[in-house]
Amino acid sequence: MYDYTDFDAAFVRNRVAEFRDQVARRLDGSLTEDEFKPLRLMNGLYLQLHAYMLRVAIPYGTLNARKMRQLAHIADTWDKGYGHFTTRQNIQFNWPKLRDVPDILDALADVGLHAIQTSGNCIRNVTADHFAGAAADEIEDPRPTAELIRQWSTDHPEFAYLPRKFKVAVTGSPNDRAVTKAHDIGLRMLRDETGAPGYEVIVGGGLGRTPMIGKVVRDFLPKADLLPYLEAILRVYNLSGRRDNKYKARIKILVHETGLEEIRDLIEAEFQRTRAELPPVDPALLSSIEAAFAPPALARRPVPDLSRADAGLRSFIDTNVMAHRDPDHAIVSVSMKPVGGTPGDATSDQMRALADIAERYSHDELRISHEQNVILPHVHRADLPAVYDALRAAGLATANIGLVSDIIACPGMDYCALATARSIPIAQQIGTTFADLDAQADIGPLKIKISGCINACGHHHVGHIGVLGLDRAGVENYQITLGGDGTETATLGERTGPGFAYDEIVPAITRLIETYLRLREDRSETFLQAYRRLGMAPFKDALYAQERRADAA
Amino acid sequence: MARDFIPKIATGNDLLEGDVVYFTESGDWTRDHGDAAVAGTEEQAQALLSRASGFPQQVVGVYLAEARIVNGRPAPVHFREVFRTRGPSNYPHHGRQARA
Ligand code: SF4
Repeated sequence: MYDYTDFDAAFVRNRVAEFRDQVARRLDGSLTEDEFKPLRLMNGLYLQLHAYMLRVAIPYGTLNARKMRQLAHIADTWDKGYGHFTTRQNIQFNWPKLRDVPDILDALADVGLHAIQTSGNCIRNVTADHFAGAAADEIEDPRPTAELIRQWSTDHPEFAYLPRKFKVAVTGSPNDRAVTKAHDIGLRMLRDETGAPGYEVIVGGGLGRTPMIGKVVRDFLPKADLLPYLEAILRVYNLSGRRDNKYKARIKILVHETGLEEIRDLIEAEFQRTRAELPPVDPALLSSIEAAFAPPALARRPVPDLSRADAGLRSFIDTNVMAHRDPDHAIVSVSMKPVGGTPGDATSDQMRALADIAERYSHDELRISHEQNVILPHVHRADLPAVYDALRAAGLATANIGLVSDIIACPGMDYCALATARSIPIAQQIGTTFADLDAQADIGPLKIKISGCINACGHHHVGHIGVLGLDRAGVENYQITLGGDGTETATLGERTGPGFAYDEIVPAITRLIETYLRLREDRSETFLQAYRRLGMAPFKDALYAQERRADAA
Repeated sequence: MARDFIPKIATGNDLLEGDVVYFTESGDWTRDHGDAAVAGTEEQAQALLSRASGFPQQVVGVYLAEARIVNGRPAPVHFREVFRTRGPSNYPHHGRQARA
């Protein structure tokens, strides 16, 4: 676990003291709301539909038990006993009171957490593969890179007021679990022909109003050049990104309007300057960061044969347990999507249970995934039965990872001031419709992603089935996209046609799934593969045939 | 009431708590949508907005929302405003609905 340096800790405490003073000045009237709003946003505090919302950064999604317990304590003391894990590996508290927020920020600082750069037009919390440091397919742990970027970007004076918010994701594996191609900058770690480490640099990805898959701007960037190169990209964007229209202000629009070749030339020219200006990263700092992410000392114990375990444990292992780089160990994904539950929500009791389990069975490590689940990255296979029992006792053993009910859903109009429709109840209804886990296993891997507005926090564009909630003349309406993919083969989903009313959307999704089950070649062909083979037509028929029959009648 | 004008109420969020509040005829703020003052014309609506905006230390984000009159009291028109009177649909014990 990377711990804050004294510098970091003092910086965070200063920010809390500064914000405490700002809140006091807002409350006594010396600051107007117009003056205060940008200050509260700089500290992750939004005003949402029913209350304030505090967004807390979980850098690269990594937590330990102590931090998780503190999040539970905050949920109990100043909120309503739960928190919401988001698609950017943050946690959001939905009900804080303005006067309590400085105390919450102090409680976060006590364990090395904060809410800095979780909002505003700055470089946001850097995200990374949630299996980092554990995955069997990993080339290198991406978190030291993410931490280096965090240190470089935190309070970076030149990039505090960018044209728009700026999101960076890093993966150390060829299998992309960090959706790097849908970020402003995506970094994929690789090695050149001599074995030297570096990055493929992807720019200009992003979802939202104008979704785009990022483009490779550099095939191979040596590791040592990372910060000057990022600095160059950000400078080009900061100077040339559009500020006249917030919908066109993201780097994806700049890349699109300028063209990849020209933007590459601009970045490379700037890179020559930044490389000369920026001192190289202190090797001692770099090695101290890397040491903090050193793999835990894994125990050598016999691995039991679990093939005769009871059906519940076996299905949990089949669905929620992934390959670790050490064959005696496993990565356990804990589903935060129980049947009928709110995707990503955890009660404070569940957070404490996860902390206990991580401490006992996962080398005190936890991860938050962008899919709104919690990961136990280093579990010895002999401990899987005990982990399963402990999770079951906490209501956290749903064996649905990657299946139809493992849905990403943004808060939507149940919480978000920007929403145009609800997301959560749609996810809950789909989960309830397909509650039977055997039926889910039969349907197989299927990613449904739901956003409550065009901003696409629910990543619907890269869902195999994407759902976008809209407001059509004062009524909730839901558009469907098909064939999206957020992995290394990233693709944007295609719109099927007119949207569906609130009551019609779950039956429509059911028809899509039934069509897939009818037309798939066999159980091994996933929904996405079947869609890619069959195209839109049969799915469109399933969605709209009834309507066409009604029109013809 | 002018033709085609949809009645309006003034609403915002409480500065300290963040929760939804409505401006009343007597110039106070209430948590009860049904007690909101109703403007029946565009001129009245602008006057209501201007009065309601005069509490920067108490209420933020003041705006006009459409209402319809049911049994002499305002009721929300748009589904967003309906949700604001209730609270989140995933936790029936959170938000305004908890008091119902
Ligand atoms: S997609 Fe829209 S509704 Fe959902 S969280 Fe993002 S801004 Fe809010």
